[in-house]
Formats: sequence, C-alpha cells, structure tokens
Amino acid sequence: MDIHEYQAKEILSNFGVAIPQGALAYSPEQAAYRAREMGGSRWVVKAQVHAGGRGKAGGVKLCDSDAEIQDVTEDMFGKKLVTHQTGPEGKGIYRVYVEAAVPIEREIYLGLVLDRASQRVMIVASREGGMEIEDISAEKPDSIVRATVEPAVGLQEFQCREIAFALGIAPAMVQQMVRTLRGCYRAFRELDATMVEVNPLVITGDDRILALDAKMTFDDNALFRHPQISELRDKSQEDPRESRAADRGLNYVGLDGHIGCIVNGAGLAMATMDTIKLAGGEPANFLDIGGGATPERVAKAIRLVMYDKKVQALLVNIFAGINRCDWVAEGVVQALRENPVDVPVVVRLAGTNVEEGQKILAESGLPLIRAATLNEAAERAVAAWKSDMNQQNSKLRAI
Amino acid sequence: MSILIDRDTKVIVQGITGKMARFHTREMIEYGTNVVGGVVPGKGGETVEGVPVFDTVKQAVAETGAEATLVFVPPPAAADGIMEAADAGIRYCVCITDGIPAQDMIRVKRYMFRYPRERRMVLTGPNCAGTISPGKAMLGIMPGHIYLQGHVGIIGRSGTLGYEAASQLKERGIGVSTSVGIGGDPINGSSFRDIMQYFQDDDDTHLICMIGEIGGPQEAEAADFIRDHVKKPVVAYVAGLTAPKGRTMGHAGAIIQAFGESASEKVEILGAAGVTVAENPAAIGETIARVLQ
Repeated sequence: MDIHEYQAKEILSNFGVAIPQGALAYSPEQAAYRAREMGGSRWVVKAQVHAGGRGKAGGVKLCDSDAEIQDVTEDMFGKKLVTHQTGPEGKGIYRVYVEAAVPIEREIYLGLVLDRASQRVMIVASREGGMEIEDISAEKPDSIVRATVEPAVGLQEFQCREIAFALGIAPAMVQQMVRTLRGCYRAFRELDATMVEVNPLVITGDDRILALDAKMTFDDNALFRHPQISELRDKSQEDPRESRAADRGLNYVGLDGHIGCIVNGAGLAMATMDTIKLAGGEPANFLDIGGGATPERVAKAIRLVMYDKKVQALLVNIFAGINRCDWVAEGVVQALRENPVDVPVVVRLAGTNVEEGQKILAESGLPLIRAATLNEAAERAVAAWKSDMNQQNSKLRAI
Repeated sequence: MSILIDRDTKVIVQGITGKMARFHTREMIEYGTNVVGGVVPGKGGETVEGVPVFDTVKQAVAETGAEATLVFVPPPAAADGIMEAADAGIRYCVCITDGIPAQDMIRVKRYMFRYPRERRMVLTGPNCAGTISPGKAMLGIMPGHIYLQGHVGIIGRSGTLGYEAASQLKERGIGVSTSVGIGGDPINGSSFRDIMQYFQDDDDTHLICMIGEIGGPQEAEAADFIRDHVKKPVVAYVAGLTAPKGRTMGHAGAIIQAFGESASEKVEILGAAGVTVAENPAAIGETIARVLQ
C-alpha cells in the first residue's frame, strides 16, 4: 500500500528524521492560509499524488507570496497530474502540501528496500540525489553505496557512519546522518514497510540534513497489525477497477487490452495472459479468483471484469486443485443469467469435478464457447473477439 | 528415488484442526502419505482423521518420530510455526500459508541459520501448493491424480501453473519424479537453485522443468547454477510476458522492480545458460517431450 509524501514525512519525523516545516491543504484558500501561518517568504507547493516524477509534470511549484500560492493551487486542485509513473489517465490532485523552501547545498539519494537476493533489508544511497535510482544505476553506478541489515540486531551505528563517510558528509554532520538512517530503518522495520525512499535527502546551507521528499510503501500482508497505517489508504489514488476488486477480496490489475480474464492462481493467470497475446489478442486484466472459490465469488469476478467497458470477450480459465469446477460453472451460469453480457464467453475447466462442471455448462443453454486446453481457450477467445468485432463493424457500415 | 519426500517420510500437519487442513490431511492420507500426527496448541489429545494431535511440535517429534511438516497455520502465526518446527528437529517443512508478512519471513530465514547445516531444516514455500513425489507421497494441496510417476523434476512458483505443466506431461504419458512448489512470496525458504541441486543429485530425475515468473533474482541465479553445475537438460517457462512494470501480479513476489526481473529478460538469461525455454505455457509438455527424445 502506498501513502502520500506528507504522511511519509510525518511518520519519518516521528522516528527522528528531520523534515522542513510544512502543512497540508485541501483548497487554494487553505494553501495560502497555511503559508501565512507558517511565515517566511518562499514556499514550495506540492501536489499530493501517489506517483513520482511530479516536478517535471508541473506538480511542484516554487512560490514567493500567498497570492501566488492561491493562483498556482487553483490550477492544481481537481486536475489529473500525469507523470511518467501514473500512466496516461493520471492521478487526481485533491490535497497539496505547502512547505517552507530551504537553501539546498547538496542532494543525496536514500532508499531502503527489501532485497530479495540477500533476503534482508538493504540501504541504498548515492551522492547523486534528485535523480531517480534507475538513472543513477545506469549513469553513475559507482556512486551507489549499499549496506544490508542483519535482522537479529538491526542497523548498526558503524554501518551508518560508513555510509555517511562514503557519501562525503562533513565529520561534524555525521551524527545527524546516523540519526536519519537509523530513523528510516526503525520506521521500515516497526511499521512493516517494503520501501522507504527519501529523494532527495538534502544538506542545507545552515548544515541541517532534511528529508525533502519521502515515499513509503507498506506490506499489504502486515497491515493487520498496523491499523493506523491502513487508515492512510487513499482510494482517490487507485484505479477504480482495482479498488472495487480489493473491496471484494479479488486480486485484479487493470490493463489496456480487450479480452477479460478470470483465472485461478497468479501464475496461471499470467500464463493465460501470455497465451492470449501469443494468439494475437491483448488481455484487459489480470484476475486471480484464488482457491476455494464459491459460485458467488465467480459471479462477482465476472461482474467486476465486465464493469470495464473495454472488454469485448471473456475468457474463464480454471485448473481446479483446491477449487471445484462444478462451483465455478455454477458461478458462470449464475452471473450470466442475472446479468447477460453482449460479448462472447469462452470457458475452459480442468481438474477437480471437471465432468460435473461441463455438465452444468452444457445444460445451462447459454451460448458459451467451451475449450479443453489452455491453447484452445486462448485461440477461441481471440477468434471470437475478432469475429465479434467484424460483425459490429459491418453493422456500423450497414447503418 | 525422489527428492525431499517418499513413501516412508513421517509427516505431521501444523494447524490440522482447521477446515482446509482437515480436508487436505484426508487427501494426503488417501494418496498414501505417511501422516503420523498433527499439532495445534491447546488441542493436544484430540484425534483428527485418525491421527493424534499434539500441543507442540517437540511432543509430536518425540512421540511419532516425525521428519516432515506441512504448515497450515494462518498468516499472523505462520512464521512462529515454521520456527517451532525448525527448533524441534524437523528435517523438511512445506508452508502453504499465503499472506505472511515479508519481515516475518526475514526473521524465519535468520532463525533457521542458527542451526548447523547437517541439522538445518529445509523449507519450501510459503504461499505454495506443496511437494509431491507421484505414487509415493504428497505434502500439499495439489490434485494428486494429475501427476504420473516418472523422471521429470518440476520446480515452480505457481501452484496452478504447475498443475497445467503436470497435466500436459500426463497427456503425453510423461511422468514426474518430484514436483516442488517454492511459492510466490518475495522471501521464500528455498530458491530454484536450491532445489535444482537436489534434482541434479537424484538419479531418478532425467530432466528438470522450471516454471518461473516475473520479479526477483532467483531465475537468474538458477541460470548461473545451471550453466556451471547442472548436467541434466533443463526446460523452462517464465510467466508474465504481458505483465506491466511495477505492478504486483497476484503473488506478493510477482513484481518487476529491477533489471533482469521481467519475463523477457529472464527468458534471455536462461536461454544463454543453455536452458530450453518454452515461450508458450501451452507448449511446456511438448517442449519437454521433444527434449527427452
């Protein structure tokens, strides 16, 4: 789960990481008021969206008066910010963060990640702050400093000092850097984060080390023990299709193609998408209905996929181990009886209770296209989608 | 021969009184697995599916001589259950549980390393379908009937995609020595490389089939190992050709975050190590049949 910059800053600040003075606003008037309240003569106004690359996209503006803040934020609120991380549809701006501008001497990159190779938490830092880590590792790989944390004892001071010296931090400021690194690690560890990124971490003209930007991602599997983090979920930043899915306990990722997929198991779901692509189509989504799916759950999944108006054909692919084909078949029949769809539906069932499942489909009288294997299913779905498109096109031409 | 489990392996089930665990315990016993007991704290003395339940893994080991365990414990307590098994002297643990916090798994891995190699437990999973040596024993939730006994060793992250591969093999009359699910989580007990070593050493395995997916470095690590140490033919498929970068595809670990983690990059790395890669998941069976000829 992602959170906003201002939320990440508040959390890190509670763990001893220094941040610039700032305040949140929900309207242009409030943003201007926040600046007056804070005092000073220069502020940075930052659109709060769950995506990086905000600066280049116009989501971060330097302002010299509260009137300017009002003007600038009037252009932000309610707009969609499109950055290289949001996709073409962008993310809505409903909150802005007003921050006191600070004199920057140097910018540092700091990231904490779950390193899958060492199976530990890894700290990644570089003198080349302000650039994205992908670019740093492509252009200045030698500037990257890494340290892995021994989980039994946590991040040690000497490791922090090593990082600080490798980054060329002045000796008088090393202790500040140690506090910053340990604060980030403790936040990561205690709140079950999967990523903490401070980019840039800045050294100011008056010798302070401040987190100028902050991003935190949390482990969905650990949210049960952090209700205060779950509360930070912001649905306005999610794909509405994915929010609906998450609320229904389904694992869904929206894509741009036209063939809707309903599959059990994440690996088989990805494999089904791959087969569709190889057969000449494009999948509209990833969807894993999970194990032990009841007819109701299958019906829910079909309604969810059909909610995406781009879907022009539907492929149900189930290899039942823990699942039962007869339940899946009942779900398909139930969903299509209650909400008939105007796109071709291909169903492939295999595994536990497959005969019972096939019988239910055959006796339903619904115009279902059945397939025996994965390949057949993908080919029939793509063929059905294409012939359906042709028919629609010729209908349009006839009009 | 087979790897990790066979007909004689004495198995316990942690969390055996749960509905799903009961069902799968019955399936495993019917398949011929030597299930000797179960563990649920506070339910010691009960009997489930004809086997005794114990309060602790240590008691179960002392009373039954159990060597392997299947962990069916819910996510908040699963890591604790795995560590209990490691401490009790269990040799092999399969963890089915999906949804264990990643940092709990970091602690589990660290904990397991406190034991010297010769008594260190082998863990596969979590978030996997389990391990089956067809015709001998099944430690997991897979439908046993889709596997023929034979000489192909399967290692896979995904459960259902593993079923897909096994059934494509069965259609062609090709059998499996052992199929091992390593699970879809970012921090897992055993990697492709770890299991690859067992199959390389197993005389009964003639070909190794590896089913990977996007995310993480383990397919690339396996490629290095295969090039330098594996003398048997390896066939691979990597799922997620169409998966977008930076999005989690169901499995917590299935997310492309770095170079070398996408399906096409993994295919290239494996191909360069001499692995025969099936580009289409529907062609896993026929690719293996071709390589075996």
